[in-house]
Amino acid sequence: MSEHAHPSRALYLVIFAALIVGTCLTWGIAFKDLGIWNPVVALTIAVIKATLVILYFMHVRYSNKLTIVTVCAGFFWLLILISLSLSDYLSRSWSLQ
Amino acid sequence: MSNNQTTTSAHHPAHVHQFDSMEQQNEVASFGMWVFLLTEIMMFGGLFAAYLIYRIKFYPAFVAGSTSISVAWGFANTLVLIGSSWTMAMGVWAAQQGKRKAQVWFILATMVLGAAFLGVKAKEYYDKYEECHIPGHIIGKEFNAWGGCKVGDPSMGNIAEEIRDAKHHGDPSIPENSAIETAKQTQIFFSFYFAMTGLHATHMLIGLGVLTWLLFRAKRGEFGPEYYSPVENVGLYWHFVDIVWIFLFPLLYLISRHQHHG
Amino acid sequence: MSTVNQVAIPKVEVMPEKHYLNDNYGIRSWLLTKDHKRIAVLYLFTITFFFFLGGLFAALIRLELLTPQGDLFQSDTYNKLFTMHGVNMIFFFLIPSVPAVLGNFLVPLMVGAKDLAFPKINLLSWYIFIAGAAFALAALVSGGVDTGWTFYTPLSSGFLKTPVVVLGVGILIAGFASIFTGLNFIVTVHRMRAPGLTWGRLPLFVWANYAASLIMVLGTPVLAITLILLVLERGFHIGIFDPKLGGDPVLFQHMFWFYSHPAVYIMILPGMGVISEIITCFSRKRVFGYTFIAFSSIAIAVFGFVVWAHHMFVAGISTYSALVFSLLSFAVAIPSAVKVFNWTATMYKGSVTLSTPMLYALGFIGLFTIGGLTGLFLAALGLDIHVHDTYFVVAHFHYVMVGGMVMAYLGGLHFWWPKMTGRLYPEAWAKMAALITFIGFNLTFFPQFILGYLGMPRRYHAYPEEFQVLNVLSSAGASVLAVGFILPLIYFLYSLRYGQVAGNNPWKATGLEWETTSPPPTHNFEETPIVTCDPYNYGDDEEVHVVK
Repeated sequence: MSEHAHPSRALYLVIFAALIVGTCLTWGIAFKDLGIWNPVVALTIAVIKATLVILYFMHVRYSNKLTIVTVCAGFFWLLILISLSLSDYLSRSWSLQ
Repeated sequence: MSNNQTTTSAHHPAHVHQFDSMEQQNEVASFGMWVFLLTEIMMFGGLFAAYLIYRIKFYPAFVAGSTSISVAWGFANTLVLIGSSWTMAMGVWAAQQGKRKAQVWFILATMVLGAAFLGVKAKEYYDKYEECHIPGHIIGKEFNAWGGCKVGDPSMGNIAEEIRDAKHHGDPSIPENSAIETAKQTQIFFSFYFAMTGLHATHMLIGLGVLTWLLFRAKRGEFGPEYYSPVENVGLYWHFVDIVWIFLFPLLYLISRHQHHG
Repeated sequence: MSTVNQVAIPKVEVMPEKHYLNDNYGIRSWLLTKDHKRIAVLYLFTITFFFFLGGLFAALIRLELLTPQGDLFQSDTYNKLFTMHGVNMIFFFLIPSVPAVLGNFLVPLMVGAKDLAFPKINLLSWYIFIAGAAFALAALVSGGVDTGWTFYTPLSSGFLKTPVVVLGVGILIAGFASIFTGLNFIVTVHRMRAPGLTWGRLPLFVWANYAASLIMVLGTPVLAITLILLVLERGFHIGIFDPKLGGDPVLFQHMFWFYSHPAVYIMILPGMGVISEIITCFSRKRVFGYTFIAFSSIAIAVFGFVVWAHHMFVAGISTYSALVFSLLSFAVAIPSAVKVFNWTATMYKGSVTLSTPMLYALGFIGLFTIGGLTGLFLAALGLDIHVHDTYFVVAHFHYVMVGGMVMAYLGGLHFWWPKMTGRLYPEAWAKMAALITFIGFNLTFFPQFILGYLGMPRRYHAYPEEFQVLNVLSSAGASVLAVGFILPLIYFLYSLRYGQVAGNNPWKATGLEWETTSPPPTHNFEETPIVTCDPYNYGDDEEVHVVK
């Protein structure tokens, strides 16, 4: 499928470097006290890293719409599973009155 | 999206009968892999959802459990796995470019890094075995949150002590229930730690198996610019496993680290 | 290709010389086949076995419930009977029924492809299914399991001494068979359609199977991980579902129903696809509201994922969460009703023929409507507390799964039997069987609505005396139903040899599968067909809608 554009060697290296930087950042920030923001920052970095892998290493940036829809469907359904289960656990202690 | 009529590439040796053309075959293979990864997202997703619920429920116990695992090894392993993802991506690139030798070397490098990751994981598991932090009673040892099998041995990461200390210092995140109760709940943390990293490691093992098969085919020179979908699909799988770890590292190793160090 | 109408004079049909059944002979040619049609036949034999095995357990259950005293079986044995009935019927019959048999056979034909996208994975799916089934049978012969098909913790994870792990692993394995079938359908529908066959021209059966495949792919993995955790919990006491160790048993229910509620739509959606095909064919009228029926399938698949906790209203979940789930459950009724209304509108002013498949389809519409509407009773928070875990629930889901899905499966089997085997079944016998099934079914399950409403709980082998009359009615109905199910088995086998040769298109139906010979050749079509007009071109001119 040579008609698809693919990242160059240099771009792969840039992404690789970005992932390494992201990992170091997560590690460093974990030891700073940011209150409730610690997990938020850690997960934001993780999401960015995952997105880089998906877009460039897994070539989604260069694929057709169908692949993009498939990836999005996965995360959408995951969100359904997590948010609706949590809806029970987070509101169990609320009283009705 | 309807398939095109037969093209000249239809005579490639890897072409199978149900497809009209090699292009269609490659596209189908890649889409099939993505649908399979969809199932993988949901399989790990079930575990992540359950993990999240218990993390909210037993936060102090999760902090205690998390601090007892070695962040340095986890960090090193993350770098190793990201490195293997890069070599894998380069392997696909080399296959696309028709660089036969390069693809063999990149696949080999990916396997070495993958094996290194599993080696570190095995070491971490062994440490937990020594400390009696494996949940339930597996392999003759019973779970013990009280600082390992020998009570009070300071070298073995005394979880319960840490909980007691934190409570002593007035940490508001520790609820009214006793430190003993919280120590018991760390077992749930370790259940998730082993279930999640175990499922991940199983995927790595399968990945190594598939990479071996790929290595032989690459060595025979089966892949080139027109036909590299097996390399690409194994790559997709390997990157997916990498992504799972990108989330596992902060979720398991880095819960409230700042409370206990630096 | 000729555009001549093959109507009017009934001519003597002859079997095609070469087709997928006589292409090759011998056991190897079947066990190593990659032909989707042969794999469909393999699945047909397998699930027929499990249907009758599950039916045997049902018969024993109804026999026990003939009298109020638990005199035939002990309560433990009874628990095993209803567990094995449920597990067999759901995981080894209903889930694979229409997709793995009719879908496997028809989806490639209907989209004009030579085979599914991944024929090897398709065959692998059958072997995985057999492996899963072997585990389930092993659990059965080593004493049986008494958890109920739902495997609720901590009963299943801690207390019972029966081979729960073996059965759990069996279902886990069989789940992968279902994932592979779904994966194959999704990729095939997206990437293998014949030229000109746009999404707006896809048969509704394909739409329905596509929607069900989405659920198989997105839901089944969650069941897999749930069962893995259950097995770990049971084997090593890791505490995730064990309240003694701080775990939450309700979490198991959340994860289990995240798959198992949508699984109900895996069972019913392909059935709805069958009904859409049959109704429009035997009304000789273009299907009413094609787009609505097609998208209602997708809507059911999506909504199906956000309603699961309506199984757990009395399990101690949060009231606020329950309110949300109740509301969402009502929303599923909308796309289901869209389908029923459109089928009815399709028949309106059509020239309806009451052939056997149509009888099953009409039965489906009535019974599914009852099953669906009583589902709304159960989704209503207040009423559910009254009828939860009573026979009302049992009656409700049997109306959907037997009255709905089994009727649709049998209807579809009759409709496409000539395509699969090249021969017609005896029409008079078949009509009688359809009628017997309908009567037997209602006699079995309608009394259970009343029993449940009066308060008879499910899953007990004994009951108060005042419930006996209705229970006897139900058991009597079950024996009528059994006749209705055994008859097709006999005349289908009979027709294989003595049935009248059907010809390519005995129903004069539209759709690509009727364009090829009956039975089809191994590669389905001599040339890739090109589609030039919309589906279900019945009516006025009865034009053949395909040119090759």
